[in-house]
Amino acid sequence: MNLLMAIAVGGLYTVGVWLLLQRSLTRVVMGLVVLGHGVNLLLMLSGGRAGRAPIIHEGVEVAAYTDPLPQALALTAIVISFGITAYLLALAWRSWAERGDDKVEDDVEDRRIAALAARSGRRTGRDEDPDRHPLPRTDPMKDLS
Amino acid sequence: MNGLGDNVLVPLPVLVPLVGAALCLLVHRWVWARRTVSLAASAGATAAAVALVARVADGGIVVAQAGDWPAPFGVTLAVDRFSAAMTCVSAVVVLAVLIYAIGQLEDRVESLFFHPVYLVMAAGVALAFITGDLFNLFVAFEVLLIASYVLLTLGATRQQVRSGMTYIVINLLASTLFVTGVAFIYAATGTVSLADLSGRLADLPDHLRTGIGLLFLGVFGIKGALFPLFFWLPDSYPTAPSPITAVFAGLLTKVGIYAIIRTQTLLFAPAGGRHSTFLLFVAGMTMLVGVLGAVAQGEIKRILSFHIVSQIGYMVLGLGMFTVAGLAGAILYIVHHIVVKTTLFCVGGVVEHSCGTGRLAQLGGVATRAPALAAMFGVAALSLAGLPPFSGFVAKLALAQEGLRQGHELVIAVALIVSLLTLFSMTKIWSGAFWGAPAGEVAREGGLRQSAPMLIATGLLAVLSLGIAFSAEPLYAYSQAAAADLLDPSVYREAVLTQ
Repeated sequence: MNLLMAIAVGGLYTVGVWLLLQRSLTRVVMGLVVLGHGVNLLLMLSGGRAGRAPIIHEGVEVAAYTDPLPQALALTAIVISFGITAYLLALAWRSWAERGDDKVEDDVEDRRIAALAARSGRRTGRDEDPDRHPLPRTDPMKDLS
Repeated sequence: MNGLGDNVLVPLPVLVPLVGAALCLLVHRWVWARRTVSLAASAGATAAAVALVARVADGGIVVAQAGDWPAPFGVTLAVDRFSAAMTCVSAVVVLAVLIYAIGQLEDRVESLFFHPVYLVMAAGVALAFITGDLFNLFVAFEVLLIASYVLLTLGATRQQVRSGMTYIVINLLASTLFVTGVAFIYAATGTVSLADLSGRLADLPDHLRTGIGLLFLGVFGIKGALFPLFFWLPDSYPTAPSPITAVFAGLLTKVGIYAIIRTQTLLFAPAGGRHSTFLLFVAGMTMLVGVLGAVAQGEIKRILSFHIVSQIGYMVLGLGMFTVAGLAGAILYIVHHIVVKTTLFCVGGVVEHSCGTGRLAQLGGVATRAPALAAMFGVAALSLAGLPPFSGFVAKLALAQEGLRQGHELVIAVALIVSLLTLFSMTKIWSGAFWGAPAGEVAREGGLRQSAPMLIATGLLAVLSLGIAFSAEPLYAYSQAAAADLLDPSVYREAVLTQ
């Protein structure tokens, strides 16, 4: 029983990490949701085997109870991940509204330095001061995206 | 149980900003009202934090049990010297940056619920410092991180959405690992109270304890931007509005460092007071890689962002030695760093605000137009590099002395070289932006656009950093006492479990 649960947790983590490594923001959000499920399952697992409802009353053996604390922790974690998922989806939508797709962009500064290295290597190979050659201020992303 | 003792002070640094945030939402329609409420809440939190420092300075740990549940079962709030110092300095910085923000933020951005979110972040930071419960620490991290997600993307420009996404996803991954760690710990010990854990983890087999310890080091390493987990920081911080970057730079990574120090001393301390070669290696690499990144940049905020990474190495260096002197150096370094780093970002923000850009190539001659600003930058930059008599010198000296005494020449050599490179990149900002003939926007007729609240707040922080330098002796004594408490977990354990 616990082994089955452990395999399920491992599976959820694997799928979550794989989705997280994608470039599309929607998939990244899905990955975080799946990872969150994995974590919650792991929390439940940390309380031991499933048993009776966690209500203490006379005549029931302690061993038959379910530990209520991991359930409380999982509930907190669920609420938090619910809020954050909503926020992330709003950001992904904003990204789509601004640019027409929801791919994660490269850092502008990184691309500036990469373009600079390529340029100065082509010319003289001399080390150039990057600040003397800023990219055009208009929209450095247009031609690269 | 305790009645109304001095432990009513304990939750105040969290509760006051939270209540303030709620009030702010109620009066959000009137600019003056929301500003008054948030200033009052922030000042109240600062007063409570100062009172806490005064309370614990002579020793002892103030403990409050939430809901009056006895210790290992309920959520415990506990303040020792280290957490009191962190709460206090962060409350002061929050207040100063709030004044700064009122002077700088455009109405459009400020009206996007800046004040309530900012106060919630302050409450989360304070909760992380005073909580004595591992899961509650996770909640505190989430509170401050969720507020920081909103602050970072306030205004939602294209750049902010891009870098905000990186920041959020990496932090969410860290949070996921955090809960994973909590689940492992709970499965192994059956408790999440820090005080209870510090006794029970010692009974676990070594490999299990080391494994969980490393997981937590990784989690807090991501939040605190340790090598090799720092890459998200220089990418995301510079895009936010200046006051927000300033408060992030001062506080957020330091919450991660606080959590590393707390868990590594209380829960996962190496047996027999040995130093940790692994932590010393991480410290050296963090310092070196951070500063090399800074040297390569050409924009004020980006240079400073890489320096955050580099400076964090010094704090981990002090922890890695696991001695009273080393940890005392680390604590003093954190306090100094929070103030100085925020000052530098505030100055950078003023320059960017009044000149329209932070690129060094398009700046020049700010010192002739705004000498006071240049003086503030000078004080903070020299402190950061660790030149005597400024505040960084005292902390770095303490770390270097202890390192040499223990025979870690290599990592101390790295630390000193990094200091030199720090000075180099500070002079790069100085000669690029402040010296020379006025260039670009600076040369425009009619002088620079400067707002009084921004200058007052920055000046306040610069004076505070001088204050740290000139009261170094009592502060170092305090840090030593705090470090001694940290290295003896039984003090914390007994205080929490018996009250």
